[in-house]
Amino acid sequence: MVKELLKGNVAFAEAALRYGLEAYFGYPITPQSEALEHLSGRMLEEGRVFLQAESELGAINMVYGAACSGVRVMTSTSGPGFSLMEEGLSYIAGSEIPVVVVNMMRGGPGLGNIQPSQGDYFLMTKTAGHGDFRPIVLAPASVQEIIDMMGLAFDLAEKYRTLVLIAGDGAIGQMMESAELPPMQPVRKERPAWAVTGAQDRDMNLITSLYLNPDRLEEVNWRLQAKLAVIRENEVRCKEYETADADLLLVAYGTVGRICLSVMREARAQGLKVGLLRPQTLWPFPEKRLLELAGQVRGMLVVEMSAGQMLEDVERAVRGKTPVQFYGRLGGIVPLVDEVAAALRKLDEETSQEK
Amino acid sequence: MKHEEIIFSGFGGQGALFAGQLLAYAGMAEGRQVSWIPSYGPEMRGGTANCTVIVSDDEIGAPIIKNPTSAVVLNLPSMEKYEPLVKPGGVLVVNTSLVEVKSTRADLRVIYVPASDIAGELGNPRMANLVMLGALIAATDIVSLETVGQELGVHLSERQRKWLEPNKAALAKGAELARL
Amino acid sequence: MNTQTNIPEDMELVYGFPEALTEVSTHYCPGCTHGVVHRLVAEVIDELGIRGTTIGVAPVGCAVLAYNYFNVDFVEAAHGRAPAMATGLKRVNPDKVVFTYQGDGDLAAIGTAEIIHAATRGELITTVFINNAIYGMTGGQMAPTTLPGMITTSTPTGRDPILAGYPVKMTELLAQIAGSAYITRQMAADVPSILKAKRAIKRAFLTQMHGLGFACVEVLSTCPTNWNMDPWKAMEWVKETLAPAYPLGDYKMTDEVKALEVR
Repeated sequence: MVKELLKGNVAFAEAALRYGLEAYFGYPITPQSEALEHLSGRMLEEGRVFLQAESELGAINMVYGAACSGVRVMTSTSGPGFSLMEEGLSYIAGSEIPVVVVNMMRGGPGLGNIQPSQGDYFLMTKTAGHGDFRPIVLAPASVQEIIDMMGLAFDLAEKYRTLVLIAGDGAIGQMMESAELPPMQPVRKERPAWAVTGAQDRDMNLITSLYLNPDRLEEVNWRLQAKLAVIRENEVRCKEYETADADLLLVAYGTVGRICLSVMREARAQGLKVGLLRPQTLWPFPEKRLLELAGQVRGMLVVEMSAGQMLEDVERAVRGKTPVQFYGRLGGIVPLVDEVAAALRKLDEETSQEK
Repeated sequence: MKHEEIIFSGFGGQGALFAGQLLAYAGMAEGRQVSWIPSYGPEMRGGTANCTVIVSDDEIGAPIIKNPTSAVVLNLPSMEKYEPLVKPGGVLVVNTSLVEVKSTRADLRVIYVPASDIAGELGNPRMANLVMLGALIAATDIVSLETVGQELGVHLSERQRKWLEPNKAALAKGAELARL
Repeated sequence: MNTQTNIPEDMELVYGFPEALTEVSTHYCPGCTHGVVHRLVAEVIDELGIRGTTIGVAPVGCAVLAYNYFNVDFVEAAHGRAPAMATGLKRVNPDKVVFTYQGDGDLAAIGTAEIIHAATRGELITTVFINNAIYGMTGGQMAPTTLPGMITTSTPTGRDPILAGYPVKMTELLAQIAGSAYITRQMAADVPSILKAKRAIKRAFLTQMHGLGFACVEVLSTCPTNWNMDPWKAMEWVKETLAPAYPLGDYKMTDEVKALEVR
């Protein structure tokens, strides 16, 4: 395959299609509408299903319906739309069917703005709907990575019959980079045994999240938690840069992760032993690895486009074993290399006095 | 290791975003890592449009930067915004057809090109972006002019195909002026 | 039918238990017509021979457990979203028969957008809409279809349109929409009206199977418990009060739908 210059939103949409996406339902919202626009033509060209819904509520429930038939289906949105979709996400989680949703985060709360943000971290990793569940949350930092993660997202969703979210941001969606798309895959012909496809020559299938008997619902919840425990054990992903000899660690994901890569390189050039850990899964979170690194470094700097959401997970992971500082920009502002470098210098100064 | 960060900026419709994309395509064609990121949103409608292009030999970190190694400014608001931000030793390409002020920076290589006028003489003032790109490339050697011309042939939309040769002429003219 | 066994050769089966129903007792109150309409839908599914190709979408409301009574593939939707879910199901299973079964709160309040837009798209699904002018499951609160003056647990002095708005007539609304092919209002209040409702439901399924457009059958139904009436009085009330406020009849029937043979 050849590399192409691809815009993030178009890239993940085309990648999803090539990974065998059978149906897409969505509602336009900046900054991810290019994905919907791209699929409006391509899905029909490939004889697959595309539908622009009347709202994000409509879209997620169409996704829910199609997913009940065991097909590869997805939607994509941004913060305000994601809030509306939470109802459906909870039902999807409760009925344990595989669904993939991309959220290209933008500034909030409320209507906020359309610039890049990471303010939906809590929303996606901890409260993606009412009830007691966790979706797998993947965090791409480049156009190539969001392409690759579409395939991973479908595989994980189907392997565990679970909800998989992709936590992008406006910058990933709008950026063009050279990247390689996967080869074209046809849609899968066979449907899983649990799917509703008409009860021809078999007992009826039922997909529901309703269990009026609390004993039964507790049982369902324990099974769900057991599954999540397996995911927590096996599906943690993160990328490390120069951590082997690091005595200061940057922790950041997505667009901010790659900004921190530039910060790290500059700091290394100035002789500072800085490493970077970039979580590729926000849930499950790379907490074990962070705890190990907490025993190695003299301090960590968490950088986010939020007031400090992933920060809480880092603090929880390191259990007070190393100082954790934070630098964040809010409201759709992307932190620049200089600003982060200054925060890193502050961490360096404060922690070198301690030692 | 070569690593260039260029901001293209102008009024919406002046083609700053396309000039940036063309540079990214050319960088990619020459086997470099590239990223292109626009400012997006309501300000694109008639306001200033800008994009940041990074062409590098290494994996690209921050796609959004404050201090570019070069800036291509197509109008006065862009000049006011980006002239102070270019890194010392960098290149500033100014469209003198619309920007009458001179740069006060002694630590930059500043190239003045009456790009809109030249483009008008070549048949369409809207090719000012290509005159500016030609000047940038001649001044920086980020990629070769030939690669840009070649990519222009690939990425010019069907509707604008008739402007291929004039666009190439605009590129060449910009380059020629920068070399003077 | 499940009860076909042991029929003497000189006799024929004229009435039995539909194959599309499960043989369990329902949770519905005495005198509630949900059970009746379930049976009508099941008989239609049997008669059309589509038990193995039908997918039902259950609502939130009294019929939330409808899937316990139908012996066909079923999914449980969020409140009001059944038409969206049915859309997803139908679009990826164009060869299957997809129906939603919804109450008045589900379809006419929280799910208004979903039903209207399913109709505008001419979605090839069938909707059975139970209108009993009250919220049954949550304990008798005002429904969007509650009549002015009607006492409910959330309109204790009677529904005052100045405060609580007017009843919404979904059938009239849906009939205006280009994508709808068959929109009708029936009632389940006595034997003739129930038999008529069944024919309407059958026509609505056939409308889908022939790809003619969106079809919805509204059935005026009873809620003796929350109306504080005995079952007999409730049936009378449907005829004497509800039906005059929600006039029965076919509000939209395209020529193609009219031409369908419904036996």
